[in-house]
Amino acid sequence: MKHKYLLGLFDDEEILLTATEKIRSAGYQMHEIYTPFPVHGLDKAMGLQDSRLHTFGFICGATGTLFALSMMSLIAAVDWPIIVGGKQFLAFPAYVPITFEVTVLFASIGMTVAMYLRCGFSVFTDTEVVDLRATDDRFVMAFCEKRYSEADDQNKIVDLLKQHGAVEIKERGLDNEIQPNLFVMDEDDHGHDHGHGHH
Amino acid sequence: MSHYYSSSVREPLITGSKSYHDITEDIAKNTEGTPGLKWIIALGISGFVALIGVLCIAWTIWKGIGVWGLNKTVGWAWDITNFVWWIGIGHAGTLISAILFLFRQKWRTGVNRAAEAMTIFAVICAGLFPLIHMGRIWDAMFIFPYPNSRGILWPNFISPLLWDVFAISTYFTVSLLFWYTGLLPDIATLRDRSKGMRRWIYDRLSFGWTGTAKQWQRFEDLSLVLAGLATPLVLSVHSIVSFDFATSVIPGWHTTIFPPYFVAGAIFSGFAMVLTLMLIARVIMGLEDYITIAHIESMNKVILLTGSIVGVAYITELVIAFYSGNIYEMYAFKNRALGPYWWSYWGMMSCNVIAPQFFWFRPLRRSIVVTFILSIFINIGMWFERFVIIVTSLHRDYIPSSWSYYSPTWVEVGIYVGTMGIFMTLFLIFCRTLPVVAIAEVKAILKTSGDQYMNEFAKVDEADYKVREQILAGGGSNVAGVAHDKDDE
Repeated sequence: MKHKYLLGLFDDEEILLTATEKIRSAGYQMHEIYTPFPVHGLDKAMGLQDSRLHTFGFICGATGTLFALSMMSLIAAVDWPIIVGGKQFLAFPAYVPITFEVTVLFASIGMTVAMYLRCGFSVFTDTEVVDLRATDDRFVMAFCEKRYSEADDQNKIVDLLKQHGAVEIKERGLDNEIQPNLFVMDEDDHGHDHGHGHH
Repeated sequence: MSHYYSSSVREPLITGSKSYHDITEDIAKNTEGTPGLKWIIALGISGFVALIGVLCIAWTIWKGIGVWGLNKTVGWAWDITNFVWWIGIGHAGTLISAILFLFRQKWRTGVNRAAEAMTIFAVICAGLFPLIHMGRIWDAMFIFPYPNSRGILWPNFISPLLWDVFAISTYFTVSLLFWYTGLLPDIATLRDRSKGMRRWIYDRLSFGWTGTAKQWQRFEDLSLVLAGLATPLVLSVHSIVSFDFATSVIPGWHTTIFPPYFVAGAIFSGFAMVLTLMLIARVIMGLEDYITIAHIESMNKVILLTGSIVGVAYITELVIAFYSGNIYEMYAFKNRALGPYWWSYWGMMSCNVIAPQFFWFRPLRRSIVVTFILSIFINIGMWFERFVIIVTSLHRDYIPSSWSYYSPTWVEVGIYVGTMGIFMTLFLIFCRTLPVVAIAEVKAILKTSGDQYMNEFAKVDEADYKVREQILAGGGSNVAGVAHDKDDE
């Protein structure tokens, strides 16, 4: 029980979205939000950086295209040319179907593997769940107590959570630290004393 | 007031005023507790049928392809018919989960999980046929291009049969990744409801999903790109299957209409299979609030559209055969309708062209009994279609002395029936172990498509309508102002 977190539980995604914006504009950065289903706009509201997964998917797909085209050309025209039905060895139009399939295959596998790795997914570790209802009907906002160690800060966060509709507020110690996120305005997030507005 | 809105002209997709917790309960309860007697009996029967299939496959491999009814003229028959039929059935899952995802069709959430599972099981059944049809299954790896000790013998990359290898294996892989990644949040839901050994297993399967904002962000990014990739993929798969025939010079096969005609047929038969199974499953598993009459009607509309495309394709083929002036082409089509296999041609015509036309009528489209009966007709009709294309085109070739009549042997029938057993066994296990409806996705549409919310939208619409009437009757404010008011709600 090393890592302590302050948890605010919500029961509605619209209340959660507003609360996220309001709490951040009051100068407090939540460490993580757990939701039972994707809430559109939540990543923006909590200041998460955009995912770059699709860019990686494009790179993988382009690799697949080049791989398929170059392999087929080299095999059929250079390594072992065989006359089939009098067709030419370098038959690009006939390479299109396989090139397309390999492009899709590379992009899909590459992106999926990248997502699983980046999310730290593993079949070998036991999952530590912040709240069992976070995959059912509760939206859990977690604040890192290491970051907001002063009692003053914690009281303010509790007040903000109450004010913006949290149905339950509690403290929890976790064995494992919650994976850190990259936020858009990370340099601004070092303390609440800046009090910057969130537009 | 909520910022969600959807027109009251639309039908609710979740009925029974469900809360988020109700959705979890209703769907997860099917995987919990002891399985009922009905399920055990069903699993026993389908497992037995699957066993028959496995034995027939083993017999084929042991004795060779000679145990089938194939002959010199008909070299492809039930094996490839079944292959194309199963692949086609898989296409509904990808259409629902990928194409309807891109079109933002909310009704897909009720049926996408089960349909995607059917895709995977159907492709497993389909993939068996090319493998056992090779005769020497132990040489199956020859079809993959890899550096080898056979004097570096490579496959022929300009052959449609090799394109098929790539298409089917890519299709299976991408469908599996899409389906499983979509399952992660729901497996995590099951994990958090269970204890002990059960929790341990679901914890392994959930890959440690916790539903953080970052996970969802990546999940949505991946879903969108996979849907974008799976959409052209699903069209390519059945196009390439049709190339197996269309790039040959056999009369009846050598037609340019094949790719779109095969794709439409695949979606047509896939939806029929989804309906056949889900009409039963929704009642047995108590999912009527999630797979509603509105879902069934939407699927019937897809069946009507694709069935009509298939009908147009049949007639186009026929017309073009005679318009072409090619005597072999003309004979092939005359032989289909009036030759020894006339029964399969007319079976296909009545099941695929006439049967779906009943869905022009709304009461029939919304009738469960009619939908169930027609879906079975369509399943049969689409099997006949592939049989007609393959066997009827082959059995009378250019030399009348080698004309023949093909009939299947018990081994071929056993393998076909066996694949149905394999499919049903996998589907029944899936129903008991994983959520049949995508829990997270249904929750995400609750506020726009749940009946309790839609009743509120209807009140907004009603008020809006009254204001509009006042304006039309000569009121003061402008229409743009009214539309603006609604946006604020």
